[in-house]
Amino acid sequence: MRRSVVVVAILAVSVALVLSGCQKKEAGTIKIGVAGAHSGDLASYGLPSVNAAKLVVEAVNAAGGIDGKKVELFVEDDQCKPELATNAAAKLVSDEVVAVIGHICSGATKSALGIYKDSKIITVSPSATTPSLTQSGEYPNFFRTIAPDDAQARLATKFIKETLGLSSLAVLHDKGDYGKGFAELVKQYAESEGIRVVLFEGVNPGAPDYSAVVNKIGNSGAAGVVWGGYHPEASKLVQQMKDKGMDLPFISDDGVKDQTFIEVAGAYAEGVYATGPMDTSSNPLAVKAVADHKAKFGEEPGAFFLNAYAATLAVVNAIDKAGSTDYDAVIKAMRSEYVETPLGKISFDGIGDVIGFGFSVFQVQGGTYVELK
Amino acid sequence: MDFFLKLFLSGTAKGSIYALIALGYTMVYGIVQLINFAHGEVYMIGGFTALIIGGLLFSSGMAVPLVLLLSILAAVVFSAAFGFTIEKLAYKPLREKPRLSALISAIGISMILQNVVLLAQTEKYLSFPSYLPELEFLRPVREYLNSTQFIILVTTAAIMVILTLTIKFTRMGKAMRATAQDKHMAQLVGVDINGVISLTFIIGSALAAVGGVLICSYMGQINYYIGFVAGIKAFVAAVLGGIGSIPGAVLGSFILGWTESLGTGYLSSDYEDAYAFVILILILILKPDGILGKNQKQKV
Repeated sequence: MRRSVVVVAILAVSVALVLSGCQKKEAGTIKIGVAGAHSGDLASYGLPSVNAAKLVVEAVNAAGGIDGKKVELFVEDDQCKPELATNAAAKLVSDEVVAVIGHICSGATKSALGIYKDSKIITVSPSATTPSLTQSGEYPNFFRTIAPDDAQARLATKFIKETLGLSSLAVLHDKGDYGKGFAELVKQYAESEGIRVVLFEGVNPGAPDYSAVVNKIGNSGAAGVVWGGYHPEASKLVQQMKDKGMDLPFISDDGVKDQTFIEVAGAYAEGVYATGPMDTSSNPLAVKAVADHKAKFGEEPGAFFLNAYAATLAVVNAIDKAGSTDYDAVIKAMRSEYVETPLGKISFDGIGDVIGFGFSVFQVQGGTYVELK
Repeated sequence: MDFFLKLFLSGTAKGSIYALIALGYTMVYGIVQLINFAHGEVYMIGGFTALIIGGLLFSSGMAVPLVLLLSILAAVVFSAAFGFTIEKLAYKPLREKPRLSALISAIGISMILQNVVLLAQTEKYLSFPSYLPELEFLRPVREYLNSTQFIILVTTAAIMVILTLTIKFTRMGKAMRATAQDKHMAQLVGVDINGVISLTFIIGSALAAVGGVLICSYMGQINYYIGFVAGIKAFVAAVLGGIGSIPGAVLGSFILGWTESLGTGYLSSDYEDAYAFVILILILILKPDGILGKNQKQKV
């Protein structure tokens, strides 16, 4: 009957939590908002963040809070809609929160950010990937614990230039949003780095034969091939290249960083490079966070759970290190202090993008993807 | 010149891939005037059969050439059985109905077969092992034409010659031509037209199976959806060459292959399909029955 004891204990703790939430607000609490889609079509993207913030805050309060002050959460729903996001933001401003974990969708985040900026509230999104949110420089109060959409292409280009040292590239894609987007960014970054892009073409996905375009790669004199797209075409390309005796470095994206690619392409896959999200599954904090979630909520955590967990930890840590909730001091701490999170040891750069977590380059070695450090 | 030669040979190889499938397409059309949209799916099923049987035989430790032979044989038998059954179930009851009914039935069969394989096998791409021998004498020129491409080319040529000779010079071929010209008249003079049509589907499906094994070996992968793309291309090739004509299907396939390959090489692969369809439209304007198609007078 030990299990029932545990269940009762968990119930008691959660009831106590709910009750403590109902108590009159203590003057000395630190208020943190959580905003995102908590209902509607995209609720599955937003609800895991609420759970993550609850778990972190529970642990912090159990350990005595920050400098003796308890942390209090304020949860607001925006359904990923920009017009509701501004309402949620206005509500959180009137609640006088210090920081907001959110929002979830890039559009909603953008519409809320101006309000937070005017009220000097730090905003940390676990999931908004639109590059301009940080790169525009408009929002010094904005941070995110996820890599922006263009991070893969930047990393791939950096890898091509610095590690592989290639001077010319053939860039191919499958004409789809994902593949073509990646290919266009690589082309743009490569050219600004002084790498010549000697071939830039889309091919038909699903076609049985790519030998003509492979001939064209050979004829272009490219020193390496970049593929933007998914693995079925990638495996035909590497196979037909190697069958023609062309042994050029082949660099691709997360659509190819898939075990199925290796299963299908077999020996032809050896040596292929692909970028993909860093592997955090073995991080002890991530393992613990997932286990805590299962214990408290009785299910596997959903999307962006670890990102939101890391975001909350980063905010708590920055407030702790700053020694106050002063806006400028906390922002300075966000940018300078590293914190151990389920995503690894992270901090933020000058524009608010995460350092220490993001994409890595992997290479197929001996039939499996190996992260290149 | 070297680049042109490479592109030309790559187009030839591509054309012979299309031709392997287009031959069965055009043959069925020649006899029963039905565009058998399920042909691409029979090709895909041939590939899957060879994958499964080949995998079983290989893991039982059999020698590679024997595995290749037996898995092609299994694919041929299985696909031929599929072709025979499809005709009996989906086309024969509609033979005297308007041609559109059989066409829609063919599209339905195509969808059913895709989904059957999707559910019974997998939605994932699977690796297709190459049991084809690596021809040593092609190794120095593999930049131009590799071993698998060469095997596909030779097979296509052989099948075209054998089919043409069979239809021209054998008794069965004569019965086929008679059925193609006029089913009722052929029946009146004692031709077993049901037998002839079944045989046509069996031969067409068997060819699709051979194509399935060879082309999947070349691509190195298989998926339930491969028949659709290949079927459309082969259909275009067959129409280009004159649907119903066997040398026409091969010629149409090569023209398609060369157009795509040279277009990709000298212009851009972004518009690969556009080149093929521009050529198709031009040829259909100038010669509505295709390059080698017979000019059939419409009876009013």
